Amino acid sequence: MEKKAGINTVETAAKYVFTVCAVIAILAVCSITFYMIAKGTPAFASVGVPELLFGTEWKPTAEDAKYGILYIILSSIAGTGVSVLLGVPIALLTAVFLTEVSNKNLAAIVQPAIELLAAIPSVIYGLLGLMLLNPVMYRLEKLIFAASETHQFTGGSNMLSAILVLSVMILPTVVNVSASSIRAVSKDLRAASLALGASRIQTIFKVTIPAAKSGIMTGVVLGIGRALGEAMAINMVAGGAVNLPLPFNSVRFLTTQLVSEMGYAEGTHRQVLFAVGLVLYVFIMAVNLTLQKMRKGALDDES
Amino acid sequence: MNHENASSLKKKRMRIADSVLYFLIYLCAFLSVMLLAGIIVYVLMRGAGTVSLRFLTSVTSVLKGTVGIAGNIVNTLMIILLTMLAAAPIGVGAAVYLNEYAKPGRLVSVIEFATETLSGIPSIIFGLFGMMFFGQTLGLGYSLLTGSLTLLLMVLPLITRNTQEALKTVPDSYRSGAVGLGAGKWYTIRTILLPSSMPGIITGVILAIGRIVGESAALLFTAGSAKTLPKTLAAIFPKIFQSGGTMTIQLYLSATSEGDFDTAFGIAAVLLLLVFVINLAAKCLAAKFDVTRKK
Repeated sequence: MEKKAGINTVETAAKYVFTVCAVIAILAVCSITFYMIAKGTPAFASVGVPELLFGTEWKPTAEDAKYGILYIILSSIAGTGVSVLLGVPIALLTAVFLTEVSNKNLAAIVQPAIELLAAIPSVIYGLLGLMLLNPVMYRLEKLIFAASETHQFTGGSNMLSAILVLSVMILPTVVNVSASSIRAVSKDLRAASLALGASRIQTIFKVTIPAAKSGIMTGVVLGIGRALGEAMAINMVAGGAVNLPLPFNSVRFLTTQLVSEMGYAEGTHRQVLFAVGLVLYVFIMAVNLTLQKMRKGALDDES
Repeated sequence: MNHENASSLKKKRMRIADSVLYFLIYLCAFLSVMLLAGIIVYVLMRGAGTVSLRFLTSVTSVLKGTVGIAGNIVNTLMIILLTMLAAAPIGVGAAVYLNEYAKPGRLVSVIEFATETLSGIPSIIFGLFGMMFFGQTLGLGYSLLTGSLTLLLMVLPLITRNTQEALKTVPDSYRSGAVGLGAGKWYTIRTILLPSSMPGIITGVILAIGRIVGESAALLFTAGSAKTLPKTLAAIFPKIFQSGGTMTIQLYLSATSEGDFDTAFGIAAVLLLLVFVINLAAKCLAAKFDVTRKK
């Protein structure tokens, strides 16, 4: 009888321990959200919402300090947008190759290659961008702006380099998600299309991809999230000036602003950096919520 | 006649479009593979000259004139160990709760929502939060512990999800069999469910280690960048409360503020090999224990 009571205590204790483990995820999300808001909002009060969000001047250490982060926000949006536009078609065609075109042997080379691309640390992408991409950009820059008197030369650290690095970095995410959603398309659909006389390519682009659309869109949104949140790699290739997001301008993103200035910022400057973090967090949460809504929608469609 | 001509013309055009698309599809796949091959060859070539036993076992010192990453390697290992000590049990525990205890309802959907959200938060935000909460509020400052606690939150979803997948593949007959024999829930979990899903759990842990090895943004403002080696074995414990830069952080510093590209490529080569080995291990394990594979 006594033993039985002991077992029951252990069973109850185990249940509580497991519950606590599961609740930690909730605690983490809540406290991250709380801290981002608590630390990010004071700057909006001290600098002013329009001055902060729509100001175009960033002079945190000047006598008359200016904390406008509009260009930083625009750079993040433009950089993410263009890199997704560039990376997604390549990723989608690679996914088509893996699932519809390739034979087993070739897929056995391409699939692991994609997985390994995903595993490469972002600092290595940054290092390669710095050593290989930036010199090419500098040569292009010298050619294009040879006659310009207003252009500030960046030595090749520019928006374009960051976009190229980002589009490579989102590739594996989009390929994997797209490939698995293309694989999930029913064989009957393809067979029906082929039986109607459509070629394989027509079937892929007119039947299979439209059928896998929601899964592919999920991949694209995941890619947007990744590009938006990437920090170290693009910090190494994008230069360090707060500028309009033009291809050959040295630019700052929301993430790189944090990486490069958090180490030494003080006072209001530091507060504003937390506000930059909050803006980034809001963007990321919007992407996350869209993603979860899409996934839920996909589940509802299936059932 | 005319009609026939038009349709055959159209057919011809379609075939051209088809072959153009085929070409593009092959080109994109080829591009991905070449990208990886190019990265590997370039990094290994540039790094090969730097990597040596000395590079791996000494600490960079102007006085002694040595360049090495031993301190960074030790820091990386310590962060992996500290993080996994907490992340593995908590992640597995959360998965066990979700799969074995929880009844579908509000709490479960909130936990799953939180786990999803956590896995979508970029590492720079984790870094910012870790700096504010563990570093400042809890007063741990720049230390290996702050870095590990930050990474714990980051890799938690990875372990939870892999364990959940593994638990789902354990047949329900195992559970009812255990209950039929009079085993309690905890006893069943401990002796049947966890051992059966061990491969999935280990895969999750290995993947998490891979993430930690490659992580940089979350560590820059939490674990700091010190590269000294603990002088004695006993000095390892207090090291937990001191700043320590991992290999990725040192790579970043070498390539930017220090401008020492030889060291940067040396570390890059080591990291690349490490990450590939980790990935391969996870893959082999997953394939070996894949219950869905055809014999």
